[in-house]
Amino acid sequence: MTIPVASAVTVSVIIIGAFTLASFNTTRALNVGGSDDFIIKIRGLQWWWDVEYPGSSPEQRFQTANEIHIPVGRNVRFQLEGIDVIHSFWVPSLAGKQDLIPGRPNELSVRAERPGVYRGQCAEFCGMQHAHMAFFVIADEPSVFEQWLRAQRALAAPSSDAEVLAGQQVFLSKSCAACHMIRGTSATGTTGPDLTHVGGRQYIAAGLLETTRGSLAAWIADPQTLKPGNNMPMVPLSSEELRSVSAYLASLK
Amino acid sequence: MMDDAKSKDQRDSDFDRPALEAGLASIWKTPAGLWGALATVDHKIIGQRYIVTAFAFLALGGVLAVLIRIQLAQPEARLLGPDRYNQIFTMHGTNMMFLFAVPVMEAMAVYLIPLMVGTRNIAFPRLNAFSYWMFLAGGALLWIAFALDMGPDVGWFAYVPLSGPQYAAGKRADMWAQMITFTEVSALAVSVEIVVTIFKQRAPGMSLDRIPLFVWSMLVTSFVVILAMPAIMIASTSLILDRLIGTHFFNPAEGGDVLLWQHLFWFFGHPEVYIIFLPAVGMVSTLVATFARRPVFGYLALVMALIATAVLAFGLWVHHMFVTGLPRLGESFFTASSMAIAIPAGVQIFCWLATLWDGKPVFKTPLLFVIGFMFTFVIGGLSGVMVASVPFDTQVHDTYFVVAHFHYVLIGGAVFPLLGAVYYWFPKITGRMMSERLGRWSFWLIFVGFNLTFFPMHILGLQGMPRRIYTYQPDMPWHGLNLFVSGCALILTAGFLVFFVDAIRSARRGEPAGDNPWDAPTLEWATSSPPPSYNFPFIPVVEGSNPLWEQRETLAVGGGMRVDRRELIITTVGAAEAEAREASPRNSIWPFWTAIATSVMLIWSIFSPWAVVWGSIPVAIALIGWFWPEGTPEDDS
Repeated sequence: MTIPVASAVTVSVIIIGAFTLASFNTTRALNVGGSDDFIIKIRGLQWWWDVEYPGSSPEQRFQTANEIHIPVGRNVRFQLEGIDVIHSFWVPSLAGKQDLIPGRPNELSVRAERPGVYRGQCAEFCGMQHAHMAFFVIADEPSVFEQWLRAQRALAAPSSDAEVLAGQQVFLSKSCAACHMIRGTSATGTTGPDLTHVGGRQYIAAGLLETTRGSLAAWIADPQTLKPGNNMPMVPLSSEELRSVSAYLASLK
Repeated sequence: MMDDAKSKDQRDSDFDRPALEAGLASIWKTPAGLWGALATVDHKIIGQRYIVTAFAFLALGGVLAVLIRIQLAQPEARLLGPDRYNQIFTMHGTNMMFLFAVPVMEAMAVYLIPLMVGTRNIAFPRLNAFSYWMFLAGGALLWIAFALDMGPDVGWFAYVPLSGPQYAAGKRADMWAQMITFTEVSALAVSVEIVVTIFKQRAPGMSLDRIPLFVWSMLVTSFVVILAMPAIMIASTSLILDRLIGTHFFNPAEGGDVLLWQHLFWFFGHPEVYIIFLPAVGMVSTLVATFARRPVFGYLALVMALIATAVLAFGLWVHHMFVTGLPRLGESFFTASSMAIAIPAGVQIFCWLATLWDGKPVFKTPLLFVIGFMFTFVIGGLSGVMVASVPFDTQVHDTYFVVAHFHYVLIGGAVFPLLGAVYYWFPKITGRMMSERLGRWSFWLIFVGFNLTFFPMHILGLQGMPRRIYTYQPDMPWHGLNLFVSGCALILTAGFLVFFVDAIRSARRGEPAGDNPWDAPTLEWATSSPPPSYNFPFIPVVEGSNPLWEQRETLAVGGGMRVDRRELIITTVGAAEAEAREASPRNSIWPFWTAIATSVMLIWSIFSPWAVVWGSIPVAIALIGWFWPEGTPEDDS
């Protein structure tokens, strides 16, 4: 019995050794990243993602939320920063996950070879709404991406539509503006997501609902039922106010 | 009275057998009634309580698992809200790890080790009584908190800052942290008792190379407990200090470090897996030998594998932290060590297979569970090799792949052997056999139900389903498999129900077992079933590794023990040569009072730091009572 057992152990040792070396090689091969990477800053918060595109001047820099556009065929380096608790940034089809840890910035480099929408989700348990902390990475052809960058850098476009104007009035006069930023208006809150171009994003509330005027209204009317425990309070609004404010937000393309 | 006892100085050789047994029984017995029950220091009574309590926690944790599966069967289900769900999955993990898996292994050891090494009680029997009460109080604290909607909701790993003062308001996280203190105190106490029992109380002749493998595994496990548990006690105590009096161990804004928690937690948390697994390995070695009808193949290799696993267990913890951004070189080391631990595991599997191959296996229920263990544990081991690789792990970390992996190693690797061990040792503990028919039913239901429930979770993980989510959206491709998994979990539940029904029924109405129903080779089968309060009328003297096979008709015994006081034989660590007769403590109510005083202090300290000051006074009084000499012949020695 000694010989079969000893040979089985020997074979196991060889297989395990080979796996270990293969793992080391793969780690090295996956190490993308260089000096001309496109840099995007990601902050994880309970329970959404703040996305900042740096620029050479303050006008070039902008923030958005839960939707990250990247250029196809170029290395993108995400600078990951934990703000409240630990979150983990994970887009399975682009790369493995990397934690966002308060006090310990991390980085993750990815490269999308094909245009498309890549879903991501928080992978580290982060409290009540860990389940609803998704985001989307949208890989665009470079020209489309440049166009998107320009549109995002722009301030919110003024409107002449009466309902939209009324909605803006509601937004600025109620407590919405205390937490949310809409560049080009007096709303300069930084607690919640930047809403300058919220109407142009595919989802609201970190992947919870597709962005429509109806879903915006539903969300504003009762955020605690749709995503219990999240930090957006229910702001009492008349149905008239709710209609106009959702029209306003939907118009922010 | 002291003089009386001295003048008599009765020895066992002075009596005929019935008088000797009556004499020993009167000195070792646990008096009837509540007072006797609270004051007993008999390792068998305490061990049984430990086992029953741990299995009660298994049942409770199982109910939580069923709730989790009902919630996840459908997308966007509304049975449980996020708040309740987070409490439930935290309770499930905490309960299974701290109140079931570790204690049940220690419980089996508390019952079995003194019998297997041929002594009359565990070392430090009053500490043993204390440890059970502490365990019970810790478990009660956690479950009562949960019933009052104060159950922890930060995961069984309680990562800061989520469990810190800023993000976990109320007392929920404190309940978790203080429950840790209770279970660690009891685990450390039991480990010390087991180490001393094994080193100093073995039957004469049971040299280190003749120790039964379950005893070896508990010796190694106890050292792992003693070395690993202080890390979690430091971590949980620091967390309580951060939360209660505003220290900043884990607060990066004040120079603390969030990642420090993870290092401390996993420095304990990974060895924890082996604290659960190594006893199971010992059970498997024992069962394989008995049912293969031959001594286990590769005794020395198996002992070395136990020790190698225990050493490597302390060099793996970072593989829980591969996505926290640690340096790549450091991660490579932990990849290599995580891979390497597969080798001692492989050695063990091959030795057991060789034993079965070379023997004449008798396929009774305990052996069925062992074979189920080999199948599932190998799968869990292979997925373990997979997650040891950094590039693979960064994808599957915190997904259902990992959920599948550790249920394979913990249920497959530890619960299967444990259930086999219960079927195996049940006749010794109760004097009655469990049902072979129900045993087969429960094995097949559990084995099939387990694999159908947990294997698909690998696929869910590869499909990107993260852990610890209370629901998922309908457009995710996960709902079909989740529904399937939830359905199969019912088969698994049915299997456990059959097991519990069988155990409860057999305890009252099972076939009488006799001393050695399996014709097993180790010393616990040399006494009656259930064993008398003094375990052995004469201390056995061992001449080989399998005394009841080698000395089948003629198990030698030692004489000259006093009958008028509780007495054990102390032997040398290596060769187990008899060194001395040593008194063993009598029953005492003080461990119970000490446990109550300690519990009050610990629970009070969740709410006020002053509890540590004022609460320590009753603890001191109880300890004085505990150690106060009572003038018994035992104190006299």
